[in-house]
Amino acid sequence: MNTLVYLIPIALFLGGLGLAAFLWALKSGQYEDLDGASWRVLDDGDGRPEKG
Amino acid sequence: MSCCAPGVETAVEPEGGLGLPASEELWLASQCLGGGSRQTELSVPGVHCGACITTIEGALRRRPEVERVRVNLSSRRVSIVWKEEVAGKRTDPREFARVIRDRGYEAHLFAAGEEEEDAVLKQLIRAVAVAGFAATNIMLLSVSVWSGADAATRDLFHWISALIAAPALVYAGRFFYQSAWNALRYGRTNMDVPIALAVTLSYGMSLHETIGHGEHAWFDASVTLLFFLLIGRTLDHMMRGRARSAISGLARLSPRGATVVDADGSREYRPVEEIRPGERLMIAAGERIPVDGRVLAGASDLDRSVVNGESAPVPVGVGELIQAGTLNLTGPLTLEATAAARDSFLAEIMGLMEAAEGGRARYRRIADRAARYYSPAVHLLAFLTFIGWMFVEGDVRHAMLVSVAVLIITCPCALGLAVPVVQVVAAGRLFQGGVMVKDGSAMERLAEIDTVLFDKTGTLTIGEPRLVNADEIAPAAMAIAAALAAHSRHPIARALHDAAGAAAPLAGEIREIAGAGIEANTKEGVYRFGSRAFACAGAGEASRQSEAVLSLDGGELASFRFEDRLRAGAGESVAELHRLGLETGILSGDREPVVAESGRKLGIRRWIAELSPRGKVEACASAVEGGHRVLMVGDGINDAPALRAAHVSMAPATAADVGRQAADFVFMHQTLTAVPFAIETSRQAGRLIRQNFALAICYNVIAVPIAILGYATPLVAAIAMSTSSVIVVANALRLRGGGITEPQRQAPMHAALLPAGDAR
Repeated sequence: MNTLVYLIPIALFLGGLGLAAFLWALKSGQYEDLDGASWRVLDDGDGRPEKG
Repeated sequence: MSCCAPGVETAVEPEGGLGLPASEELWLASQCLGGGSRQTELSVPGVHCGACITTIEGALRRRPEVERVRVNLSSRRVSIVWKEEVAGKRTDPREFARVIRDRGYEAHLFAAGEEEEDAVLKQLIRAVAVAGFAATNIMLLSVSVWSGADAATRDLFHWISALIAAPALVYAGRFFYQSAWNALRYGRTNMDVPIALAVTLSYGMSLHETIGHGEHAWFDASVTLLFFLLIGRTLDHMMRGRARSAISGLARLSPRGATVVDADGSREYRPVEEIRPGERLMIAAGERIPVDGRVLAGASDLDRSVVNGESAPVPVGVGELIQAGTLNLTGPLTLEATAAARDSFLAEIMGLMEAAEGGRARYRRIADRAARYYSPAVHLLAFLTFIGWMFVEGDVRHAMLVSVAVLIITCPCALGLAVPVVQVVAAGRLFQGGVMVKDGSAMERLAEIDTVLFDKTGTLTIGEPRLVNADEIAPAAMAIAAALAAHSRHPIARALHDAAGAAAPLAGEIREIAGAGIEANTKEGVYRFGSRAFACAGAGEASRQSEAVLSLDGGELASFRFEDRLRAGAGESVAELHRLGLETGILSGDREPVVAESGRKLGIRRWIAELSPRGKVEACASAVEGGHRVLMVGDGINDAPALRAAHVSMAPATAADVGRQAADFVFMHQTLTAVPFAIETSRQAGRLIRQNFALAICYNVIAVPIAILGYATPLVAAIAMSTSSVIVVANALRLRGGGITEPQRQAPMHAALLPAGDAR
């Protein structure tokens, strides 16, 4: 029973962390273009620095 | 390196950039970000892979005025942030469109103003996240309870579950509560009423049980239920929102504005709504006519195919009346506006469209129809269970528990989840194949059709002429004609140029005479290319719609004959439609012999020619009265009312703005195989939806008796509900297993090989 006092808050905290991370990702527009993102992973670029 | 558009880079671009949005229009539509920078959204339907992204972003980034550029592959959009001025020079936003076009992609202006839709979607996704978080955590605690936690531990876990569930239900459940409340307030009932009731009652009962140190609590059930239903709701919303915004944001045919010449001679680019009758407008070659007007000065050819379906350009001169929406091809015109935008031909079409909408509005979505029977049945069942247990045991608490269990277990997961999942998967498959769907009900309607009616110009045919007697013409004459044709953007000149390939430029003074042809003063003499009347100085009949003559000093050198060509895949598509057991027909505004010829080529036996927009609507309506369900495929402004009047409708992406707005489906690539492809996918989706309903009924047949008999413990309810949801989703995903079909493979190829219809 005593371990639960630690474990449950830890579980909830970690879950909450996941939720917060998801909401942050959503807010910063990371879900706007899922198709594009999967292609961008493969893009090595041409070695030149990006402008702006 | 681009896989997508081989060879397009070499295509000769008419110097005016026909089909590119005008600079002023782009400037007007761009969003001011402050600090001297602006943002423009362009719709580029051709992007479909990583190479496209790199090509477009790379090309735009190289321009000095571009600050940021990002291609969105999901919505096929490019957003560009650019500086208003670079080194003291005003930026021309049209350059962006040109850069994209030079890489072989079509670029259209994207209409902003979909932010509101997005906000709801974001809220829904957030609600899904919160419900998911709550569901997983409560489930974790519930598993402990089910596996034997008892006494104080069980109470503690129930209390924690209650604490997690309460805010989650309020936050994530508000969509259902609001909708249910709205329905109840007007004395109706909908799907959300049983959902809201089940969630609230189960929470209330569970709390009551927890306070009384009871054994069972349904917190997990109510939150999981909400989670699943919210997923369905979110998918449904995406289905309705995303594709629609992409469609409305494509090319705009009705221009946003025009250059107005004031009494003192000053020029100003004004939005089309602010143009008053009597004002003078300058229309450059390549621009669309914004409002109805009378020609004051200039001569030109007009492409009226979008307005009346006639494929041949019509010459116009001073004093003639022209309609809004037509495309000015060859010469600049000065117009006097005769009607404001809201009284124009376009507005008249809008009126017809509204009148034709009736049939569409009466259609009820499958889920709505099912919900009408479902929710009263469920409520009655739960109520009868309560009465029954009261009668048997007389224990209010237990009777209440059992009837809540019935409500939970019968909650319409299949209705809430099955239909949207199938539709989203189907829409995704259609999108891959180049067909965009406006909303789920369009697919439901498409699955029901038995007749397909086509418009001719721009739908069955490309609406561009093609040279048919190329082998009869001497190569020398062909080369000269092609060199002349390179200086015009008249459709016939472009067709000749396409047929001849690259031509050596002609030395000498070359000019285009609007409404007639092209003339060149060279050492050999005066070459003329155009109508017979023009080229041979009045000799012979002037059948200019299908013929062009090359002459040297008035003597005929060669005569070129042209024909409108069929859209890629038209023949196969019609055959495929017949194989699917559908009737076909043509409704066209074009002249009878032309329509008859197309019908003969394609094997379509029934056709009506020379129809007005009203005539098309009436033809559709009479088919509906004959008990048919009609799919109308059309592109022009004159088709728009018929597109609305038909049971369901489809338009190519090259269609007029109004046509695209009116259509339920828009196909992005040139080939017409999109039509049978969409029909087949919709039918498959319909089958899967029916299967899912059958699965849901089976599930209820098994689960409801268990619940009524009082054996539905929270564990049983959780397993039953989750299993049914997972099965329904898995069934929907089978649609994806159909593999890559022909249209999907072919579509991008066709789009690249044909000069994508940029004018319409």
